[in-house]
Amino acid sequence: MSIDTAEATENTTDEPTSEVPVLEVTDLNVTFQGLGGNPDVHAVRGVSYAVHRGEVLGIVGESGSGKSVSSMAAMGLLPDHAVITGSVRLHGEEILGKKDKEMARKRGKVISMVFQDPLSGLTPVYTVGDQLAEAVLVHDPKAGKDKARARAIELLSLVGIPRPEERYRSFPHEFSGGMRQRVMIAMAMANDPDVIICDEPTTALDVTIQAQILDLLRTAQRETGAAIVMITHDLGVVAGFVDRLLVMYAGRPVEIGDVDEIYYKSRMPYTMGLLGAVPRMDQERQGALVPIKGNPPSLSALPPGCPFAPRCPIAQPECELAEPELLTIGGQPSAERIRELAVAHEDASAGAREKDPEERIHDTGVRRAACIRSGEIDTNDWTARDIYPVPEIPEVEASSQAREDRAEMLRVDDLIKHHPLMKGAVFKRRVGTVYAVDGVGFDIREGETLALVGESGCGKSSTLMEIMGLEKPQRGTIEVMGKSTATLGKRDRFALRRDMQIVFQDPMSSLDPRMPVFDIIAEPLRAHDVPAAEVVERVYELIRLVGLNTEHATRFPSEFSGGQRQRIGIARALALEPKLLVLDEPVSALDVSIQAGVVNLLEELQAKLGLAYLFVAHDLSVVRHIADRVAVMYLGKIVEIGDTTSIYTRPAHPYTQALLSAIPIPDPEKERARTHIVLDGDLPSPANPPSGCRFRTRCQKFITLSESEQERCVSNEPTIQPTNGGDQGTACHYAERLTVS
Amino acid sequence: MGKFLARRLLNYVVLIFLATSFAYLLAATNLYPRGYFEQMQPPPSPEAVNAQLDALNLNDQTPIAQRYLTWLGGIFTGDFGKTIQGGDVASQMWMKAGVTLRLITVATLLGSFLGIAIGAYAAIRQYRAFDKSATAVSFFVLSVPTVVIAIVVQVLAVSINDLAGFQLLRYSGEYTAGFSGEWYELLLNRVYHALLPTLVLAVALFAAFARYQRNMMLDVLGADFVRTAMAKGLTRRKALFKHALRTALIPTITYFTFTFGALVSGATFTEKIYGWHGMGAWLIDSIARHDVHVVAAVSWFMAITIMAASFLSDILYAWLDPRVRV
Repeated sequence: MSIDTAEATENTTDEPTSEVPVLEVTDLNVTFQGLGGNPDVHAVRGVSYAVHRGEVLGIVGESGSGKSVSSMAAMGLLPDHAVITGSVRLHGEEILGKKDKEMARKRGKVISMVFQDPLSGLTPVYTVGDQLAEAVLVHDPKAGKDKARARAIELLSLVGIPRPEERYRSFPHEFSGGMRQRVMIAMAMANDPDVIICDEPTTALDVTIQAQILDLLRTAQRETGAAIVMITHDLGVVAGFVDRLLVMYAGRPVEIGDVDEIYYKSRMPYTMGLLGAVPRMDQERQGALVPIKGNPPSLSALPPGCPFAPRCPIAQPECELAEPELLTIGGQPSAERIRELAVAHEDASAGAREKDPEERIHDTGVRRAACIRSGEIDTNDWTARDIYPVPEIPEVEASSQAREDRAEMLRVDDLIKHHPLMKGAVFKRRVGTVYAVDGVGFDIREGETLALVGESGCGKSSTLMEIMGLEKPQRGTIEVMGKSTATLGKRDRFALRRDMQIVFQDPMSSLDPRMPVFDIIAEPLRAHDVPAAEVVERVYELIRLVGLNTEHATRFPSEFSGGQRQRIGIARALALEPKLLVLDEPVSALDVSIQAGVVNLLEELQAKLGLAYLFVAHDLSVVRHIADRVAVMYLGKIVEIGDTTSIYTRPAHPYTQALLSAIPIPDPEKERARTHIVLDGDLPSPANPPSGCRFRTRCQKFITLSESEQERCVSNEPTIQPTNGGDQGTACHYAERLTVS
Repeated sequence: MGKFLARRLLNYVVLIFLATSFAYLLAATNLYPRGYFEQMQPPPSPEAVNAQLDALNLNDQTPIAQRYLTWLGGIFTGDFGKTIQGGDVASQMWMKAGVTLRLITVATLLGSFLGIAIGAYAAIRQYRAFDKSATAVSFFVLSVPTVVIAIVVQVLAVSINDLAGFQLLRYSGEYTAGFSGEWYELLLNRVYHALLPTLVLAVALFAAFARYQRNMMLDVLGADFVRTAMAKGLTRRKALFKHALRTALIPTITYFTFTFGALVSGATFTEKIYGWHGMGAWLIDSIARHDVHVVAAVSWFMAITIMAASFLSDILYAWLDPRVRV
């Protein structure tokens, strides 16, 4: 157990940039040719960036913005049918267009990559060690198996895999996600490369594991002195990690500059909106999030002008004439000049558009934005709130009443859900128990939002499913609107479902693809025998309520974007006018700009309809934004519960403290100044939880205690005790309120 | 690993026992050997028929349990009873098994190897000319019954022989009757005769394997781990061969061994058309003769081959996918 102090990375860009960049990408274009009459997909258009030794460049953008494709193109990993133009130079040497055999010599040696999904990134049929050794051997066949093996073991211990000699022989499926990502990083470090491209390296991981991996990447950079290209959609992750930042939209770079400049003085409306759309964990009353209306354009049918113009609140007619170049602030041509150019362009032949290499925009380290109004934004010093219309969200009416006086929507007491572990094909025998949910209790009052947070495997979804089942629990009680589920008959149970509805995580798979939207929303109404005439009226009312158009009713789910589908899911859940809405990670599958709209909608609906929410999430920033109360779960138990402000400002349980500390804040200065508590290891198996306090094996507080004090943690299981006088309760023997930065 | 295989082996022994017992009981209760003797010319006396049936352990007046136990007792000493003509089943079975195994082992190996290679390559070249022609050929072969292929090949052989003016291709029998010579000449003669029937079986197998392997390969081509392998510095070809193909072969192994098992009886048509006296042909003939013991013996042999094939697949599986070993 240790508390690692993650030091903020030093800003290393102050040295002159005259030396040759390690990796320089200039005017990169990637087009996937459409097969069978489909239009071509322009995945990347004119991306330029340069990274120097020891520098960290961040590339941010939403899904489909071309950030991954551009780096795959640099690595030579794209399939043959991708047409790549432009230039990619590694130490000044052009590598685009090299044969696969020559590229293979560079890959993993000079330039290496860490991918997003560690679960599928390793070949399942080879041992972890052999795959690492292969990375060494492929570039140095003369090294011999023993030497490669020794290096692999050294790498495994470098990335913090315990007992590397033994673990060398493990297969990928025996490793947790975080450990596999460590192996991937070890693989990328194997030959001391000069550039490491990290493609969403922490997206698939839990926050405490994410903190470990980010720490490790800093170590990797220190060890190898490599330049890092950090690709992510998470504005928190890049804030404290990178030196410079490139923002991409619809395959195009739209803003590039120092990370501080971009975060505090963004000059491109898209970046401004993106930063305003992120819920902040470090701010108490953030108000409504900045929603960006609409959806990103299709990469096969781009609008003629600026691709962001249709969604931009300050778009002018000139924006739609030509796509703005990535130029210095104030260096954009005037509106008149654009009109002249557009006319001239119509006369010129299409071939003349091909830029000559001298005219290509190189990344010279100067801050640039691709917006014709960037100068104007700069002069007026506009912020996101100045240019984006922010919706007014009324306060929940019930909130004026004291919590105790409000009606109870849901009460859960000492709920357990244990799954037996069986073995044997013919004669099954019980060999153990998975303690998925092990004594959970909370209540939700009218008009209130309770968030259930925790890492994957902590039992939050199991708790939810137990509640939604409305069955008699294995132990404990579930009371919905004052009715215990244990005594419910079949009819009562059916009737009770009216009052409690659910919105699922994945809007892609939770809607029947063969049903039009109207039928999807009408289904719960029909199931509960609502007269047909009322159904029609109600469905249209719901469609309008969630911000969709009535003409959408006849379309199928596949015609909608993720955010719109989640709105359909919400409309379906609201059809029967429930009093309690269960939200199972409703926004985690959505992009930031879309997520903001859905979060705002949920808040608005709560205020309008007086709904109570049970909100399950792993994203603590969204939770802080939306929840009134928070319950933190760890290994099937609630370790801390209380009102959001208390939990976030003065968490008392060491796990809550670690969890909050692990989340990166989208604010470079704050983030650099923070000290993260980095927990060791992974979540223990819920089939074999530690004795006493379940968190003690990873607890940062436990190791600071004397042996006699530790004894209590090992033998006594702590129960939730009021900690803060008020609403806060903590299950820790040595709870202590702490302000976590 | 050893424990895993031992457990599987035990399972297989039980399955073979059950399969063979059921086959015997089914044959003994449904075939009518008495009729076979009664219709002889001149008709033998009922006493003579009973005596014959008793001698062969085929008398339907003896309780089925007793007949079964007598037969089972013989099995454990390697005695599979007598054919209805009074011959020894075991010795005939080994002879015919040799014929069938020779034919299908070569055909399965050849067909599956070709199919896997072409299927995997077609996947890599998806929608290109190679893939399209491989797909066209496989579908064509799959849509033609093996019988037709066997006969067409035979007809073609005849016309080629006519053109050549001498017997270039042999299409009947297992070896030239009355041929004698040194051992290598005998061997050559047998290989010569085996060419065409092996080809027929291999072609049908190739088509199925090519389709199967192509799909399996397509599944792993876009897999993240192939990309990781390339990012390490492997060339595309090497990444595909070492990481993608190995993973894609795992499901094919199961398929491979079961086709092998199924072919033991499935090769019947080819055996009949090319005049090979193998297991399949023997089974069909013995059913017509109400020969209970031969039917049971052939079933036993098929069970053995299928189980042996499964066992082989377990070993191959464990070799390709080391995860099952732990």
